[in-house]
Amino acid sequence: MAWIDKLVGKSPIKPMQKHMHVAVLCAREVLPLLEAMATGDDEAVRDRRAEIDRLEHEADQIKHEIRSHSPRRFMMALDRRTMLEILDYQDSIADVTQDIAELADQRRMHLPEALKEPVLSLARQVVAACEQGQRIIDELDELVETGFGESEVGRVDEMISELGRLETETDAQLDKAARKLFSIEEELGVATIFWHQVIRQIATLADLSERVGNRLRLLLAS
Amino acid sequence: MGFPAGIPLELWIAAFLALYMAWAIGANDVANAMGTSVGSGALTVWGAILVAGIFEFCGAFFAGGHVTDTVRKGMLDLGMIDRDQLIYGMLASLASAGTLLIGASRFGLPVSTTHSIVGAIVGFGAVAIGLDAVNWGKIMQIVLSWLTSPLLAGVIAFFIFQITRFKVLDTKDPVAQIRKLGPVFFFFVFFIIGLVTLFKGLKPLKLDLNLSQALIGSVALGAVGAGLGIFFIRRVQLGPVDERHRFSQVERIFVVLQILTACAIAFAHGSNDVANSIGPLAAVAHAVQGMDLGSKAPVEPWMLAIGGIGIVVGLGTWGYRVMETVGKRITELTPSRGFAAQLSAATTIVLASRMGIPISTTHTLVGAVLGVGLARGIGALDLRVVGKIIASWVATLPIAAVLSIFFYYFFRGLLIP
Repeated sequence: MAWIDKLVGKSPIKPMQKHMHVAVLCAREVLPLLEAMATGDDEAVRDRRAEIDRLEHEADQIKHEIRSHSPRRFMMALDRRTMLEILDYQDSIADVTQDIAELADQRRMHLPEALKEPVLSLARQVVAACEQGQRIIDELDELVETGFGESEVGRVDEMISELGRLETETDAQLDKAARKLFSIEEELGVATIFWHQVIRQIATLADLSERVGNRLRLLLAS
Repeated sequence: MGFPAGIPLELWIAAFLALYMAWAIGANDVANAMGTSVGSGALTVWGAILVAGIFEFCGAFFAGGHVTDTVRKGMLDLGMIDRDQLIYGMLASLASAGTLLIGASRFGLPVSTTHSIVGAIVGFGAVAIGLDAVNWGKIMQIVLSWLTSPLLAGVIAFFIFQITRFKVLDTKDPVAQIRKLGPVFFFFVFFIIGLVTLFKGLKPLKLDLNLSQALIGSVALGAVGAGLGIFFIRRVQLGPVDERHRFSQVERIFVVLQILTACAIAFAHGSNDVANSIGPLAAVAHAVQGMDLGSKAPVEPWMLAIGGIGIVVGLGTWGYRVMETVGKRITELTPSRGFAAQLSAATTIVLASRMGIPISTTHTLVGAVLGVGLARGIGALDLRVVGKIIASWVATLPIAAVLSIFFYYFFRGLLIP
């Protein structure tokens, strides 16, 4: 009967949740990074980047572990392909955050006073969307526990709808920030291009979180 | 029963081999079944050994007779076999199954004692005596049941899990729901155990109840079980509500139900697997005592007791180590899943025991776990294990047969007067 233990393989649910947790921790680091860029403290920016690199690396390792522990021969409560797609979106959250930090550090970018408010409120909104994504992934074990029961699925569905609303709000924030940026493009010069890139990447984080939710919703509907 | 004054060598060997097999069964299989309950912290190792020992012994003693009869005389046409052939053959079967058991634990292969003993008996019967000596109809029935028992267990597990899902887990207040439903499951388990025990099961105690008497007794036993259920479920310390794991409280109650079903598994296992060691022993004993080979003489209580005691000793001398290991292992099978799988497996096995069909406990449990998995209740199932089990299933039969043919000639050379 020891074979029962071998039959019941290691569930990928907990590692998936751990991965999302680390990815969102990484995304959250965007706020202190922007604060450091606002004060113009290059040393602090480098420190923030180091922390983001560390988290991105941790997420990567968890991702590899999940991938290598989810062979095709496993019969899983979550469809394997969908799960790996969700994992990719989660991982992109950490990757994109790393891209932002990399550029900020390499170009020694300083956040202009005029941009500080719109960019920071965009980032706060984005982090809120990522955290909602994490709460949704935190429900994965409850979904399996109830065998994808109707009321639990309804609960998660509602959480995904909320994530959609949060993401829509980030679009509005992105619009505001971009308009502010282009209004001062004369004085920023070439930096405008890079700031445009940074705020779009920040907005992408919310987009990725939403994709995590949407992919899960498709899975629930099936 | 009349034990002869001087016990012949054949019987000594048979008893020794049978005890060894019973010991090994107790040390491994039973210990593994109870191990999860130890791991959840609900039972201490020695508490688990006590509980498993009691249920295993009861299963063997009260419900083990039917399968033992099948192993003893159901698979061969005893009219075509003379006394000595039967003795050598049954000794060979025990030796063959025992060897496979040692090999299995040495190389970590999922070998079933049931398959070994059936393969061994068919082997010596067909080759050493003659193809006609084998009761092929019965063998077909047994082999077919090896396919149907995991299937049936899977289907039952699927539905039991659906019940826990719709009536407990996916409700507003799972804890309140399981408090209501838990005692019903307790009733069911005790009722089933009662039924197989009381209905023609008390023969060893010279007590033969008819169906209606047995039913009344079983309902009474079920009611006692329900009372125990209410008592134990009430005693569960729920712990604080954890927002991140909202089902931790209801799972704590399922731990109690899992202990219940582990007991049911122990009982079922005793009722079926004890025959693998006791069936051949009974055949040898009857032959040695000079009884008519095909006689209806029932399996005698002392034989069932030997099997039961062997299993209990196995638990006590080695099983506790297995339990400690299993208990420390982090199992991904949560109590609610373990409960559904074990309840359906135990029901299936007890049913087979009642029909006198030797089946594999492990295979039945695997079928049950797959059933829960098909209901999307388990994070991940490693289907390679299923493949391995099927492969060893197919391989065990010829290997057991060859070994038993070898041992047949060995014992004939050793014991021929």
